[in-house]
Amino acid sequence: MSLLPYAVAVWLFLVGLYGIVTSKNLIHAVTCLSVVQSSTYVLLLAIGYRRGGTAPIFLDVPVGTPAVDPVVAALALTDVVVGATVAALLLALAVQAHKRHGTLDPDEFRSLRG
Amino acid sequence: MIVLEVVVLLLVAAGGTAVVLTRDPLHQAIVASFYGLLLGILFLVLQAPDVALSQIVVGAVALPLMILLALAKVRERRQ
Amino acid sequence: MSPRLRRRVFLVAAGAVAALLLWGLSGLPAFGDYAGTYGTVLNRVAVDERHATNVVAAVTFDYRGVDTMGEEFILFAAVVGVAILLRAQRDEAEEPPDEDADDRRAPGTSDAVRVLGLALLGPIVLYGIYVVAHGHLSPGGGFQGGVVLATGALLVFLSGEYVTLRRVGPETLLDLAESAGAGGYVAVGLLGLATGAAFLANVLPLGQPGTLLSSGMIPLINLAVGLEVAGGLVLLLYEFLDQTLVMRRQGYDI
Repeated sequence: MSLLPYAVAVWLFLVGLYGIVTSKNLIHAVTCLSVVQSSTYVLLLAIGYRRGGTAPIFLDVPVGTPAVDPVVAALALTDVVVGATVAALLLALAVQAHKRHGTLDPDEFRSLRG
Repeated sequence: MIVLEVVVLLLVAAGGTAVVLTRDPLHQAIVASFYGLLLGILFLVLQAPDVALSQIVVGAVALPLMILLALAKVRERRQ
Repeated sequence: MSPRLRRRVFLVAAGAVAALLLWGLSGLPAFGDYAGTYGTVLNRVAVDERHATNVVAAVTFDYRGVDTMGEEFILFAAVVGVAILLRAQRDEAEEPPDEDADDRRAPGTSDAVRVLGLALLGPIVLYGIYVVAHGHLSPGGGFQGGVVLATGALLVFLSGEYVTLRRVGPETLLDLAESAGAGGYVAVGLLGLATGAAFLANVLPLGQPGTLLSSGMIPLINLAVGLEVAGGLVLLLYEFLDQTLVMRRQGYDI
């Protein structure tokens, strides 16, 4: 049972990948990519969790109370914002691809037009 | 493991599956917004309030907004 | 490869990857038994060394400041990329929105939405500034506060006052804010070099832990990051919205 968070992270990763592989719409694929990214946040935070620990903010608790790992939280928090911005870049690419080819279906982008 | 953690983890797994299985991008944006909220709750349960704040603001507001705007641009070009 | 065959191949590969990953992850310490030393050490010493009560912010902007600088520049590059990609399309209808055109009114926003949106604008901007300013004290910081500030601009658009928004927040001002944020981070780092310490070393006076003006340069970096994230996201909004509104004015149905 203590394997559940890691199993959920692996499940999210593979389900997101499945969505990208079987997608018929580029915008749908970008949202599935954000699901894949969220699996890494779940994994990071699950690794840093300490049972009975509090948040690593010592404004009103004395220094020395057991707290969870701050390093993985720092990694995850910048990652969330940057991941969304990169998703915006991918959406702009999808809009441009639709303009050139008239379709959002990835299977139609077969031939490279010069 | 306490019940809250198990429940929220299972909800997140179900939410991720729902996001992928919703094929229409317009509906998927709404489901993705709800999934972002679920993730925020999971991060809060895992005692990471900074990440939860970040995830709620980005995943429930900014990301579905950009999906909807991209859809609007694609739709107008179809005419 | 037909879609059905692709799906089958993927499922087989996914099963193998899942087995491998779960076997690997079962070697980690059990969930809840965090055994790392770096985190425990940081929780003990960060408040004394940096006078910042939010240890996550101290890690993000001070102990691992160079990584955050890299992440900030990823964000900057992504916004530049979107601007380049979407600007090339404006060879159709490249006029700024005409404020007095009679047909400019999109299907009107209801009065309730307008009032609520504009009433919430002030509190949301204030909340964004609060989150940015208190990043080193309580959960928050430049990234979260910047996104909240950008949400304020979104509220103005939702209330139907997009043209007013463009006038109050012209693109040059946003470009300036975003670049000032990105450059400001590096400038604070160079401040460390100028005083003889390392790049991004915390050389400003540390102050009392728990007060607003503490932790040396962390509030400055928070401000820079908040400016950059807010400016970048509002610019993204403008890029995506511009074409939509021009088309709406010409009578297309969005």
